Amino acid sequence: MTAPPGLFVRGVARVGGTRIFGPLDLRAGAGRWTCLLGPSGAGKSTLLRCLAGTAAGVTLEGDAGAADGRALAGRVALMAQSDLLMPWLSVLENVLLGQRLRGQAADRAGARGILARVGLEGFAARKPAALSGGQRQRVALARTLMEDRPVVLLDEPFSALDVATRARMQDLAAGALRGRTVLHVTHDPAEAARLGCRILILSQAGLHEVAAPAGPPPRPPDGPEVLAATGRLTRLLLGGA
Amino acid sequence: MTVLRMLVPVLLGLALWQAVILLWEVPPFILPGPVRVAGTLWDARMLIAQNARVTIVEVMAGIVLGAALGWVSAVLLALSPAARIALRPMLVFSQALPVFALAPILTLWLGYGLASKIAMALLVIYFPITSAFHDALMRTPPESLALARMMGASRWREMWHIRIPAALPGFLTGLKLAAVYAPIGAIIGEWVGASKGLGYLMLLANGRAKTDLMFAALLVLALFTLALHRVVDRGADAILRRREA
Repeated sequence: MTAPPGLFVRGVARVGGTRIFGPLDLRAGAGRWTCLLGPSGAGKSTLLRCLAGTAAGVTLEGDAGAADGRALAGRVALMAQSDLLMPWLSVLENVLLGQRLRGQAADRAGARGILARVGLEGFAARKPAALSGGQRQRVALARTLMEDRPVVLLDEPFSALDVATRARMQDLAAGALRGRTVLHVTHDPAEAARLGCRILILSQAGLHEVAAPAGPPPRPPDGPEVLAATGRLTRLLLGGA
Repeated sequence: MTVLRMLVPVLLGLALWQAVILLWEVPPFILPGPVRVAGTLWDARMLIAQNARVTIVEVMAGIVLGAALGWVSAVLLALSPAARIALRPMLVFSQALPVFALAPILTLWLGYGLASKIAMALLVIYFPITSAFHDALMRTPPESLALARMMGASRWREMWHIRIPAALPGFLTGLKLAAVYAPIGAIIGEWVGASKGLGYLMLLANGRAKTDLMFAALLVLALFTLALHRVVDRGADAILRRREA
């Protein structure tokens, strides 16, 4: 992995004539975990796609990319709410998908190591249909880790999971992605309070920052600071921040 | 239970058929009864088997070649917008031509042998397979494609590892249709000009007022088509089930 760059998104995004987000000026620190919180329809996912370079049909009047001035292509991985596992590939083959798609030799030992790290030893030969929702997201995380990109974009990857599974995935992801530049879109204030080094709220009114709780992520879900921050963020979202 | 459920309507149909013959005293050259057809089926079994073998070869070859050609065409169309612009209208135009009208020309070009019948079967199934597979290839979930792009996939690798496997159900749908249509193509080919095959036998029997032989051949053809449809149907479902389990 190369040194993680910071990220920036500046300007206004439109689809046709409709404004999706902005004007704004978002910066995410290099090697840090930034949470982007906001109501549905505020343009959070579009913002991620502008960075990923997969925002078909969106015009960004402005600029998005890496703060070090080099292209982001090839340095960024995306993990979304839908796990996007290929149902005809085994768990191991899904983790190796990127290498397969680039025509590289498959590093099976490496993939097995990563699967063990996300707690899926012994699942390598299974097909996604035989896994639970939480296990499938673990495979998606393993696939993301296998790509070993310095920038990781998370688009509500844990929002479809039950509370306990979600908390476990948050712990796992926080550990596994430490040191990378993470921009994490979520609509869950508790998640932002647990994981964000920085917490930003995106709404129709624009972008503004809320102080993150002290302590390194993943923070305990029942820590007083985390609970207070969760409450504060919820209050802000209620007020249409 | 399932055997019984299938057997009851068959027996009912046969009984009705035989009753019509007995009640109205229909002459056998107009409509032979099921008993008479069964007798002919047994007596002429060698003749029917010989001709059935020819038709089966034509149908199977037509399906294999049509499926292969349809597969390649659909992938090329999906890969290249230029190919879509150039070839799609031709594809639709080819479908607007009645295959019946093409049969004499194909016989003229390819002769009275197997080739013209295989070409007919191929022509009949080429469009359904190409169309079903191509539609499926164009419907790959955009999120999967975005993932592939971010992973640095080339267009061809993305096609091979994501779009083609994701479109397999569409291809198999086309193949299921082909199993039903291909025998029609082969029979049309045989009607227009042949010296072997079930279609040829039916035409021959009809011309000589051997209506019972015609019915016997028709019965064998129908049973073959049903069996083919079932095998392809079951096979396709098994493939899809197995690859995701």
